[in-house]
Amino acid sequence: MTKPYLQISQVSIEFPTPRGPFRALDKVDLSIDQGEFVSLIGHSGCGKSTVLNIVAGLYRATEGGVILEGREVTEPGPERAVVFQNHSLLPWLTAYENVELAVKQVFKGRRSRREMREWIEHNLSLVHMEHALHKRPDEISGGMKQRVGIARALAMEPKVLLMDEPFGALDALTRAHLQDSLMEIQAELNNTVIMITHDVDEAVLLSDRIVMMTNGPAASVGEILDIDLERPRHRIALADDAAFNHLRHEVLSFLYERHGRLEVVPLSSGRKKPRQDGQSAVARGAMR
Amino acid sequence: MKFELSKPPVVDALIKLVTGPDRGAQVQVLFRALGLPVIGVLVFMVFWSVAASLIDTSLGKFPGPGAVWEQTVNLYEEHARERERAEAFYERQRQRNAEKLAADPHAEVRIRDYTGKPTFVDQVGTSLITVMAGFLLASAIAIPVGIAIGLSSTLYSAFNPLIQLFKPVSPLAWLPLVTMVVSAVYVSQDPMFSKSFLTSMFTVLLCCLWPTVINTAVGVAAISKDLLNVSRVLRLNWFTHVIKIVLPSAMPMMFTGLRLSLGIAWMVLIAAEMLAQNPGLGKFVWDEFQNGSSNSLGRIMVAVIVIGLIGFLLDRAMLMLQKRVSWDKSAVLR
Repeated sequence: MTKPYLQISQVSIEFPTPRGPFRALDKVDLSIDQGEFVSLIGHSGCGKSTVLNIVAGLYRATEGGVILEGREVTEPGPERAVVFQNHSLLPWLTAYENVELAVKQVFKGRRSRREMREWIEHNLSLVHMEHALHKRPDEISGGMKQRVGIARALAMEPKVLLMDEPFGALDALTRAHLQDSLMEIQAELNNTVIMITHDVDEAVLLSDRIVMMTNGPAASVGEILDIDLERPRHRIALADDAAFNHLRHEVLSFLYERHGRLEVVPLSSGRKKPRQDGQSAVARGAMR
Repeated sequence: MKFELSKPPVVDALIKLVTGPDRGAQVQVLFRALGLPVIGVLVFMVFWSVAASLIDTSLGKFPGPGAVWEQTVNLYEEHARERERAEAFYERQRQRNAEKLAADPHAEVRIRDYTGKPTFVDQVGTSLITVMAGFLLASAIAIPVGIAIGLSSTLYSAFNPLIQLFKPVSPLAWLPLVTMVVSAVYVSQDPMFSKSFLTSMFTVLLCCLWPTVINTAVGVAAISKDLLNVSRVLRLNWFTHVIKIVLPSAMPMMFTGLRLSLGIAWMVLIAAEMLAQNPGLGKFVWDEFQNGSSNSLGRIMVAVIVIGLIGFLLDRAMLMLQKRVSWDKSAVLR
């Protein structure tokens, strides 16, 4: 049996609280192959971000651990680049300088100044930001900021690209644009990606596998769904595709029938409908 | 970094008044920017004259605007006369030395310093130099300390009680201690700085340290967690982390602290000079008070206005500096 590229092995984490330790994750087990695009989906507060932060090295697991290419993850590092939900660009640097900070840090002494400049420009053009190299984050739109954030992460040439709800704060049209860009980039670079999302359509459209998480506390991997749709995928064609809709239905029924939020946390008003984030994002995306 | 020079609204309005259409709107802008402040000052002048004419002191009537203006001119003329006298004094020495050297080429010649009384303008200069020295030295200490205790909650817990303890101490309480320590420690045959300068400066330093320390620490501690995570993922070393992430994001709070510190420095200095009889504006005020001539109150009033004006200009200077180094050009600074 070959060893997996990235292995999340029996990971549990407890956070100290005044009323004793709070067990957020319980024995999360997941293996990811090189070049695989995996989405983590689950209700808010189920610990998706915690899993990602443990892989990034920003949190240490209480039990278990993460092994990347045979080595245990003990601290954060650029080989596990993170795209944060709210872009996290340094507001006092331009798009170019933000990417430059990462590139200089990763390739210092290994590449010449010219090579670095070309590499920065190449990554920014991958995300179609070549026209705004010297704009600061407050001068560009939310979608553009997120593009620069992705360029910064890609420029580190990470072994695993970690994306924490990368498009969560964007409007549906911008989100669809960025999803298409991401698929384009993925087709070219074939990165190993873990992406957290709330959006069922996004997960089905982009992923090779969807990892559905049970509700916290002590959340764990519920089910794993293989997405065997052919690539390249086109959102308009898929919107009318039986296989696509079947997969969507699988995810939705996991989230709302088998692990519905209502069973766990009773809401004050019983009439409130379960959340159906971005249910029709594909349809909306198709309008453009 | 790019710097954009924007015209002040008054200048802009004046230009538009001459060139552009819509003169009515420009007149309104000008009235708001120039007219209203002028009216405010005029109203104040009227109240001042009336109130002054009603107050009788042992040194005569309280000075009104007219008397103060008279003394302003007086003080400037005294300064000019003193300068002429000093120049003449040095000229005489030069002539005498030249004669001596002509008679005997090996003669030892030297120029003695002019020992006239410092004028009002000299005192202003002394005060400005002292306040800037104290403030710069305080900033050089306060900013690194603020960054250190902002970065480390351990250091913060350790030092916060001390900061809170020393922050509210009045300059006048420090002054005797500083004077004694400076006299004891700074012993030199050929002193580079006078003891009075050091005493004033260290008193200023001790009092204006705290706002910068506290505000820098708060600014540093308030850095967004996301940016800290970016720094960790990039594995920035400590130095790069401080230069690239900590300093820029703490900059606005740091400047708030620096401006408070400079304001305090200026206030403290005047009090310290007055109490310690150290050269400067404070001493000028005290001397005039002791002098007790019929002009004294007018001259003190001139000092009061000059002190206020300089304090205002110092704050404006800091604001301009802040605008230059601030990355967030959209922020409203005032």
